Amino acid sequence: MATAARADSRPALDPAPDHVVVRFAGDSGDGMQLAGGQFTIATALAGNDLATFPDYPAEIRAPQGTLFGVSAFQIHFGSSRIDTAGDQPDVLIAMNPAALKVNLPDLRLGGLVIVDTGEFTDRNLAKAGYASNPLEDGTLAPYQVLAFDISRQTLEAVKDFGLGNRDALRCKNMWTLGLALWMFGRPRQPVIDWLKRKFGPNELLREANIAALNAGHAYGETAELAGPLKPFRVAPARVEPGLYRTVTGAEALALGLVAGAKLAGLPLFFGSYPITPASPILHALARMSDLGVTTFQAEDEIAAICAAIGAAYAGQLGVTSSSGPGMALKTEAMGLAVMTELPLVIVNSQRGGPSTGLPTKTEQADLYQAVYGRNGDCPIPVLAARSPADCFEVAIEACRIAIRFMTPVILLTDGYIANAAEPWRIPRIADFAPIPVRFHDAPPPAGRVNPYERDPETLARIWIRPGTPGLTHRIGGLEKSFATGDIDYSPANHQRMTETRKSKVDGIARFLPPQGIEVGEPSGDLVVVGWGSTYGPIRQAVEAARARGLAVSHVHLRHLWPLPRGLGEILRGFRHVLVPEMNMGQLKTLLRDQYLVDARPLSKVAGQPFRIAEILQAIEGMLA
Amino acid sequence: MNEMTTPQGPATTPADWASNQEVRWCPGCGDYAILKAIQRTMPQLGARPETTVFVSGIGCSSRFPYYMETYGFHTIHGRAPAVATGIKLANPELDVWIVTGDGDGLSIGGNHLLHLLRRNLDCQVLLFNNEIYGLTKGQYSPTSRVGTTSPSSPWGSVERPVYPCEFALGAGARFIARVIDTAQKQMPAVLERAYRHKGTSFVEIYQNCVVYNDGRFEEFTDRRSAAHTQLWLEHGKPMLFAGGTKGLRLNPRTMRLEVADVVDGDTSEIVVHDETNKGLAKMLVSMRFPEFPVALGVIFCDPRPTFEQALAAQRRAHAGEGPADLDQLLRRGPTWEVRRQG
Repeated sequence: MATAARADSRPALDPAPDHVVVRFAGDSGDGMQLAGGQFTIATALAGNDLATFPDYPAEIRAPQGTLFGVSAFQIHFGSSRIDTAGDQPDVLIAMNPAALKVNLPDLRLGGLVIVDTGEFTDRNLAKAGYASNPLEDGTLAPYQVLAFDISRQTLEAVKDFGLGNRDALRCKNMWTLGLALWMFGRPRQPVIDWLKRKFGPNELLREANIAALNAGHAYGETAELAGPLKPFRVAPARVEPGLYRTVTGAEALALGLVAGAKLAGLPLFFGSYPITPASPILHALARMSDLGVTTFQAEDEIAAICAAIGAAYAGQLGVTSSSGPGMALKTEAMGLAVMTELPLVIVNSQRGGPSTGLPTKTEQADLYQAVYGRNGDCPIPVLAARSPADCFEVAIEACRIAIRFMTPVILLTDGYIANAAEPWRIPRIADFAPIPVRFHDAPPPAGRVNPYERDPETLARIWIRPGTPGLTHRIGGLEKSFATGDIDYSPANHQRMTETRKSKVDGIARFLPPQGIEVGEPSGDLVVVGWGSTYGPIRQAVEAARARGLAVSHVHLRHLWPLPRGLGEILRGFRHVLVPEMNMGQLKTLLRDQYLVDARPLSKVAGQPFRIAEILQAIEGMLA
Repeated sequence: MNEMTTPQGPATTPADWASNQEVRWCPGCGDYAILKAIQRTMPQLGARPETTVFVSGIGCSSRFPYYMETYGFHTIHGRAPAVATGIKLANPELDVWIVTGDGDGLSIGGNHLLHLLRRNLDCQVLLFNNEIYGLTKGQYSPTSRVGTTSPSSPWGSVERPVYPCEFALGAGARFIARVIDTAQKQMPAVLERAYRHKGTSFVEIYQNCVVYNDGRFEEFTDRRSAAHTQLWLEHGKPMLFAGGTKGLRLNPRTMRLEVADVVDGDTSEIVVHDETNKGLAKMLVSMRFPEFPVALGVIFCDPRPTFEQALAAQRRAHAGEGPADLDQLLRRGPTWEVRRQG
């Protein structure tokens, strides 16, 4: 039975908290991501607002018990608005000594730590670098501790199924999930339904996992009776009425691209090459051929974008997707798409860099690359998603700009958004404005068609599908004549075409809404400007600063190039401009360049999202 | 086996396939002859300019699309196969031709060519092989013979060359042919075979670069000795050359081809060309001049389902498995309703 929790003078956990942060941590083979994902769905179904942070190593199965093989899944949920995955866990579930060692420093003082004593063997303690057993040497004194042999409990629960020891122990994550579901009063049925789908006809594994889940749940009930473990109750959040689901950034992005194509009435062509953390978008779209989606797993990143360009030339909505290193390879082809003025959406799920960098960790350090990183004057509109659910709308917006202005568009998301989940009020496609598409099909009354004939308002060139009679023409990467579309290297023409390409992209801002203010007044002492996935921590930090009486506002950019109208005026309305970024100050540079303002960076490149406290501290520091 | 394409619309003439652009190859370049042959062949194929797309990479050969009055896409170095893949998958009704060179197709774009061939996208690849980089002013190329002196190999190149047809066969090509730029008589028939073949049709064209590699192929292209240096293949016919006085026979001990004299018209020992025999194709593309004549014409043709056919078949087989309605898709899986409170 359970080791009694240590009596402790630290503040106990509130049995009915407004919000809670729970972290599941174990070996990369322990199934922590699966347990966390299912706990997320159960939490969402219970009506809490939530945000998650899956954090896993680059190795698929790192050597067991090692510090670098620790995989963690954090969820923050509550009965009020949740914007981040939480600064510090209140509850840490550590499946082995390595998971405890890596994650304990993050646990808040007085927090609850649940450990599997069955894994605290001398060998595992040594692998984790513990000289003595932290369960016995006072290391855990500042926390509440529930230490018991989860391994043995799991083996006991599944012993009737005759699984080998190894397979039996793989049910540990479900046992632990069962306990967590009990702790927070969540129903087991959705998980049982999922296990039935997952294991399908494999009755043995299906029933063993369900048995482990039930056993973990029952253990909680028993332990409660015995005293040490108390359930928590987190009331549902008050959110806008509607139908909800959880969604990760990768899922929302895939769905948004399909929605964009549908709104345009075009088939979607998605060319991609496997790369972390962008691949889930390819996986999601690969099953959507009934919705007019073609996925093409190309031989490399270059072929992926080139095939998408070919599809766009042939009249489909071309999309390619990658992460930083792949974006570098696609660069030349982006220039081709700019020169040939074809609609194309390029998704970058940013990871830590440079080079191969930190494949599974998040960063937002590809902004320079997106805005500036091509040969020649080669402007491309750039957008960024701020949260998993936001990916849906931003994807539609990217498709809209690409088609309306006949241009490649870069959509920046990041590894954190791609994998993190949040509740999403499911929209109806009919609520979005259609994206008008007109294929040029009228031969000119005399002479030959100029494929670079432009809409006078948007400067978008005409889109002619091969197969259209009377409009045969040639396009390509060589500079083309403004007047005829034929090759033309003359000085005046290159000047004019370069200026036209710039004007077209700059002009997009005229068609976009002016920059709004997320939180606070349009002027004051300090404005915190962010983009992408820093949205949650910035918003919370600004709210906290305002609660302390500081005149701080939050501005968050979706459009990074061209920058939105009105942004300069907003920035000049504040004494200080703070730009927190998961890079060394890239948006800061852009703002200084475009507006001559004294924007100050707050940089973090630790492969982890910002904590609210870090941003709050910077705000207070600037206003001290 | 190979389907015939039905002509749609009025018949065309070679002039209908010529664009208004001034051709900018060097005077005497072999590309002119190839352009002329293609413009002459297109009407015979029953092809239509508006459903034809020429896609190219970078290099002298890649200027080709500008001179054809069809749809054309002059892409970036080596990437024509990838762009063509997107075009053909987006619209399988289009006739897609890829024009490339030895540098474009086998150096910077070698990887794309490999995957195009193994996927078997329905298109024609015309690889103009002049064994030199022309547009960048004469550096040795991946098909240059060992010892080629050039600005970048002043003491002669040391790299062994890649042989385009061998490469194509190794990559899984289902149609391989070879011609010479000046072979105006034979080229239309080879192009027609390439066009009719469903799948990637790979055609290597020996092309003379008059400025940087002039006369490179003269030993076997010279008309005066052509009968002795060229072996024009015909499916089902003995592989004869030198006016029928010589042929190829298989030495059963070495399992190699060898040149044999035909005495008194007795061709019983001469191998009959079977273009569906990959083993034979391997031997034919491995023959080196002057030990052997140069094998020309259709070397290998053994169709398989094309990439786009296979994809379409798979889509049909799995149709209806997922929601065909996007609103339904968004609502799939666990959802919960939040009702208005108070």
